[in-house]
Amino acid sequence: MLLVVAALFPFAAALAIALLPTNARALSVAIAAATAAVGTGIALAIAPDVFSGGVLRASIDWLPSLGLALAFRVDGLAWFFMLLVYGIGLLIVIYGAYYLAKEDPAPRFFAFLMMFMGAMLGVVTASNLIVLVVFWELTSLSSFLLIGYWQHRGDAREGARMALTITGAGGLCLLGGALILGHIVGSYELDRVLASGEAIRSHGLYVPALVLILLGAFTKSAQFPFHFWLPHAMAAPTPVSAYLHSATMVKAGVFLLARMFPALGGSPEWFWIVSLTGMATLLVGAYFAIFQHDLKGLLAYSTISHLGLITLLFGMNTPMAVVAGVFHIINHATFKASLFMAAGIVDHEAHTRDMRKLGGLFKLMPITGTLAIIATAAMAGVPLANGFLSKEMFFTEAAASLGTHWWLPFGATVAGTLSVAYSARFIYEVWFSGTPRGLEVTPHEPPRLMRVPVELLVVLCIVVGVAPALTVGPTLAVAAQAAAFGAPGPALPEYTLAIWHGFNLPLMMSLIALAGGVALYWAMHRGLNLHGLNPFPLGGKVLFQRLLAALIEVAHRLTAMLQNGSLQRYLLLFSLAVLAAGAGPFVASGGVRLPETAPWPLEGVNLPTIAVFAIGIAGAFATGVWHRQRFIALIALGVVGLAVSLAFVYLSAPDLAMTQLMVEVVTVILFMLALAHLPNESPPERRAARRLRDGAVSVAVGAGLAMLTFVVLSLPFDSISPYFLETAATLGGGANVVNVILVDYRGFDTLGEISVLGIAGLVIFAIVASLDGTNPATPTDTRPDGRLLLPLALMARLMLPLAGVIAFYIFLRGHNEPGGGFIAGLVLAVALLLQFIANGQRWVEARMATDFRLLIAGGLVIAGLTGMAAWWFGSPFLTSTYDYPWLPGVGGVPLASAALFDLGVFLVVVGATMVALISLARMRRDGTMNSSASGPTRADNKGVAA
Amino acid sequence: MIVLFSLAVGVLAGTGLYLMLRPRTFDLILGLSLLAHAVNLFIVLMGRIRTGAPPILEASKAPTLANYADPLPQALVLTAIVIGFAMTALIIVIAMAAHKKTRSDHVDGGGERS
Repeated sequence: MLLVVAALFPFAAALAIALLPTNARALSVAIAAATAAVGTGIALAIAPDVFSGGVLRASIDWLPSLGLALAFRVDGLAWFFMLLVYGIGLLIVIYGAYYLAKEDPAPRFFAFLMMFMGAMLGVVTASNLIVLVVFWELTSLSSFLLIGYWQHRGDAREGARMALTITGAGGLCLLGGALILGHIVGSYELDRVLASGEAIRSHGLYVPALVLILLGAFTKSAQFPFHFWLPHAMAAPTPVSAYLHSATMVKAGVFLLARMFPALGGSPEWFWIVSLTGMATLLVGAYFAIFQHDLKGLLAYSTISHLGLITLLFGMNTPMAVVAGVFHIINHATFKASLFMAAGIVDHEAHTRDMRKLGGLFKLMPITGTLAIIATAAMAGVPLANGFLSKEMFFTEAAASLGTHWWLPFGATVAGTLSVAYSARFIYEVWFSGTPRGLEVTPHEPPRLMRVPVELLVVLCIVVGVAPALTVGPTLAVAAQAAAFGAPGPALPEYTLAIWHGFNLPLMMSLIALAGGVALYWAMHRGLNLHGLNPFPLGGKVLFQRLLAALIEVAHRLTAMLQNGSLQRYLLLFSLAVLAAGAGPFVASGGVRLPETAPWPLEGVNLPTIAVFAIGIAGAFATGVWHRQRFIALIALGVVGLAVSLAFVYLSAPDLAMTQLMVEVVTVILFMLALAHLPNESPPERRAARRLRDGAVSVAVGAGLAMLTFVVLSLPFDSISPYFLETAATLGGGANVVNVILVDYRGFDTLGEISVLGIAGLVIFAIVASLDGTNPATPTDTRPDGRLLLPLALMARLMLPLAGVIAFYIFLRGHNEPGGGFIAGLVLAVALLLQFIANGQRWVEARMATDFRLLIAGGLVIAGLTGMAAWWFGSPFLTSTYDYPWLPGVGGVPLASAALFDLGVFLVVVGATMVALISLARMRRDGTMNSSASGPTRADNKGVAA
Repeated sequence: MIVLFSLAVGVLAGTGLYLMLRPRTFDLILGLSLLAHAVNLFIVLMGRIRTGAPPILEASKAPTLANYADPLPQALVLTAIVIGFAMTALIIVIAMAAHKKTRSDHVDGGGERS
């Protein structure tokens, strides 16, 4: 539980601080410092467990349905990072309290800082790959917020965006890699992943997983060629640079290398990718660092270089190199954080970080100067400082591979020389080299407490450098053990942490680097005007920006090409895509061979069927050919509908035939009403080529569908329907299986569908209301009803009660014979509509209520309540209650509760149909139709519109 | 009958698509109705062609697919027909509203493009 607290505590602190008022500086510092202090305390408290080789675990459920838990796991490596994050975090908070100017909103700064601290802790202690990736992304986000802390500065915003883009893209790669890894291992749990190194490395997906995860690590740790975001991230306040961009966040990448080393490391691919990237970064970073004029810029490139060194060490694939890598993480964190803070003090006191203006500061701030010089010595790898030790270990490992990879010791020495050179520049040009050039203020020592964090870290540098085995030894041992093998595993090879190993090749390399570096700087200082040089530091940034601009341009063009605003174009593209998707597999598989048992394709064909099909197909063509004469097209469409109804009769689907017939009637009425408001003819299209093109596509799609139908009908098939046939009588209590499926088996589905039906009716009502600004529920039309056919009017009046009875009969028998709520509802609706057509709107309105919205509501309520009634008896929603004893039946006839549900269906169908059509009929016509339309009178003559 | 039904589905879908590609809203809706017929017919046909065997259970015949047509696609299509009508009504109203507001019944709201 302590672990969960330790990992999530900073988030709580971030929330608390974020809620403080903008000027609550002292309180936010106090909360932040207390959080870091408590965290450090927890880390120290669990130290004994970790040092005895234990792995601590804690977990709380997060998404149990996905098998995802917020699980934490602390082994040596995680513990060491935990200490780093909390410990240095504490120093940074203290330093930051003095660093921030009065006008900077402190709570925002410390809230972001705490958020980052929590995210970073999550990364190092996560015991699940997915959880790790989530926290990883949180570090990118909080880094973005912190770099952009000074929102008013353009360079801060730009640097923040760039960092987020690069590390965010890397995070995406990492997620991909983690998913592949989880697929290979069969689990995202770190324990299992770390234990499955062999299986992972021999898997076919090893290289993709490796590359993706390395991309995540390299972008985060600013490895070449992704390094360029780090110098731009220096626009952040210095405490952020010291904390995120030297000690912790950029270490997340190398942490990942260390974490994944047991699972992914040890292969030739790992060696070449990781060590070459590390070497390139090491050299590029060190070389560019020499030419920086900005203190923080120099430190940033130096950080890149040192991160490259650590990456290179992990890439070397030997346990000792892993030890050296972990050791260098510790050392770099201490000296680089102190250097950043020293640079911040200089900036704070001198109001500039430009080395061309600084100089001779040692006389003005001797204590800060001494601290900075010692830390710089550690950075350069001077003996007695901690940096020397890990660099010696690096040189030892590099020298050991002199025979196989000569470029390793060679590159290491060159990099060592370069790093001495930029360290020399840092020392000479800031602290000595005459007097300040053009400063507006006279620098002096900073407030005492601001220096304390620097002092502590520098003391650490020396103590570790002088007596490594006594101080850092045990921590290094457990951390390196976990990094090299996962927590339990074989022992590390013997090594001794000492300053003096005798006069050997590594020491020679160190001496060459020291002497060569000082000489190089001296030569450059004398021979070149370093201050005037400004060589290519922006290469990466410019390239990045061009790439981004090009990408956006391509996206714009693609969008403009595909999405030109024409719905017609979209439909054509969709059709072509469907055609390709359908034809592709068909062509690729070389067509379909029909089985021997395929039924004779002309079986059952006779004159009547041919006649019906001919009528239907002719109707379809007629609709297409005469579509511009809309009334003709409408009649043709009606013919097609009738033919389809007959087809349903033929196909043993009486329910469908009845439904189709009724719907056909209301559809034709609907279209007629619409034509009262739309032009009665389509204007001719100008381009014949276009009609030809559309025709070709339509023929192709139609032919494809015909072929598909033919093939499917010729193949044998298997159905789940026997279940419905067998159980309809016993479970559903009905003989009409289609109806039983609708109201019982698929009752929930049907409930959804009648809801859609009701909503559609109400939406139509609402649209008409909004168009007219009137309420379609109340009659508004005061015009006379036009000419009526007297015989029809009389017939319709007589038919209404009859139709009502028939509808009721169809409804009642629906469970056992063709019929049911849908059909009965349509029958009644048609009968009611007939009254409107035959007798006119006003005549009907004078005699009955016409607000059919009530029916929709009532029907839905009945259907819903029927479903809920099942709850009363402890059954799931919409369980049919036919076989429950509480409803014994009426007059010996068993009545299923599904019939009540069907009543709801019936009411909604009547209601929705009537609301839709009456709303349309009441729509007010204005005389503003376009010229191709004939006037309202012609529509009136059809006798449909009100 | 396989040939006739396949032909029918193909013709309905083809003419439907052609009309849907026309630039006027009314033509598009006509096309949509034809396409709906094609799709409904296609789904019912997935239960295969059976004549004289409606899925109304009779005591004298065993409840198997040998004696009755497949009821499942029929149930699916029954609601599809009704919903299809509701949707047709809805887009007709939308088309009318668009016509009223833009003074044009072109699907893209204006003249011809693309």
